Amino acid sequence: MDHSGISVLFEGTNFERLLGGLWVTVKIAAVALIVGLILGIILGVLRTFKNRPLRVLLRLYLEFFRIVPTVVLLFLFYYILPRQLNFNLPGDQLATLVFALWVAAEMSDIVRGALISVPQHQRESGKAIGLNRYQLYRYVLIPQAISLEIPATINLATRVIKTTSLLMLISVMDVINIGQQIIEANNHTHPTGVFWVYGLIFLFYFLIDYPLSWWAKRLEKKRLERANG
Amino acid sequence: MAEQILQVEHLEKYYQKKYVLHDINFHVDKGEVVTLLGPSGSGKSTLIRCLNGLEEYQQGTITFEGEQINPTEKNWQQIRQKIGMVFQSYDLFPNLTVMDNILLGPTKVQKQDKFAAKKEALDLLERVGLEDYANAYPRELSGGQKQRVAIVRALALHPDFMLFDEVTASLDPEMVRGILNIIQDLADVDHMTMIVVTHEMNFAQQIADRVIFLEDGHILEQTPSKQFFSATQTKRAQAFLDSMDF
Repeated sequence: MDHSGISVLFEGTNFERLLGGLWVTVKIAAVALIVGLILGIILGVLRTFKNRPLRVLLRLYLEFFRIVPTVVLLFLFYYILPRQLNFNLPGDQLATLVFALWVAAEMSDIVRGALISVPQHQRESGKAIGLNRYQLYRYVLIPQAISLEIPATINLATRVIKTTSLLMLISVMDVINIGQQIIEANNHTHPTGVFWVYGLIFLFYFLIDYPLSWWAKRLEKKRLERANG
Repeated sequence: MAEQILQVEHLEKYYQKKYVLHDINFHVDKGEVVTLLGPSGSGKSTLIRCLNGLEEYQQGTITFEGEQINPTEKNWQQIRQKIGMVFQSYDLFPNLTVMDNILLGPTKVQKQDKFAAKKEALDLLERVGLEDYANAYPRELSGGQKQRVAIVRALALHPDFMLFDEVTASLDPEMVRGILNIIQDLADVDHMTMIVVTHEMNFAQQIADRVIFLEDGHILEQTPSKQFFSATQTKRAQAFLDSMDF
């Protein structure tokens, strides 16, 4: 067994390349999440306003990004829009954009839901001390909404990180794509390499996502304890 | 004749064809304490909420400190700094400490100097016996303590007029007295003008200069307090008083 599959991981620069791919994955997910969360909070706030056309427009935006599968969105932005609109971005930036728009859409729904579940009395007692609409959102409603929505936001983050595995479809050199290359290059010499490479990728994703999911559960439990206490 | 601070004329509030408030007319003098009495659903809370713009009204006028209010949200934001309101359910902001709850209005709305506002807030907290709770969060306080903070939060804006909407209705009985004493003290010491909606008849009798009795969105009578509690002008008000246990 001089050609055990596990040695594929450590041959040449394979391991570093996989880590590099993981870095691309994490970077895209992180930037998309940061941009998407900020944009999503703004859109979520706007969706609680009374302005009907604005609400309809934002609702359509949300439904579009929610209904259309992420793969289709990526293809749409990678293959179709550049040709139609003459708009070209490298794959990783484009992926970041698509993911950020998707996060913003999902986040707007989370924020809206949290904002409208802040009791009406809070709004009224804020108004009663003379707060204007901006101050009411800034000091009273948004801080309370955030504590309600953090678990849902973390769960969204884990979904986004998992979904980055689609990025290889638009030729982004993420951890999956690099893993695939390593497997193909070593297929003859190490037929069981595929198991080890994907095993490692599984471990990477698990190490990133599991703590997040654990954290979300813990925060939710704490919040419920506090609400009942 | 005392200076009038608030006049309400021909105020009407209705949903579709259903009246909630019908041709409401009254005024309040500076320094006067008016209690609004009436059975549940008579429109007391709705009326008091109209007075600081939390409810819209369809007709009539409200004049405050000599100026007829143009009821836009922007104007109400200004007027609410002069008309403090305390609610039944306290409604402190759970995300802020007691001190920050109190300072929000003075520092963000009125742009008062933070240091001076803080000192004043501590004085007010001391007045209601809560000086040790400045850094506590509302969830650490009892109902009675929360309601005292809510009163301080309203007072910190230096209002000319206070509205109390059944502020003891959700408190445990042993907490009620403390809150009522604070309101009494505001009337006696500060000569604060106020409208108090309450179900505490003893308190109403004690504090009120005048009683406005409401039923089905109508004012049935406005009577000086002493007279009201010895002999009401209307049978309906008498029946209401007789039904109350005090």
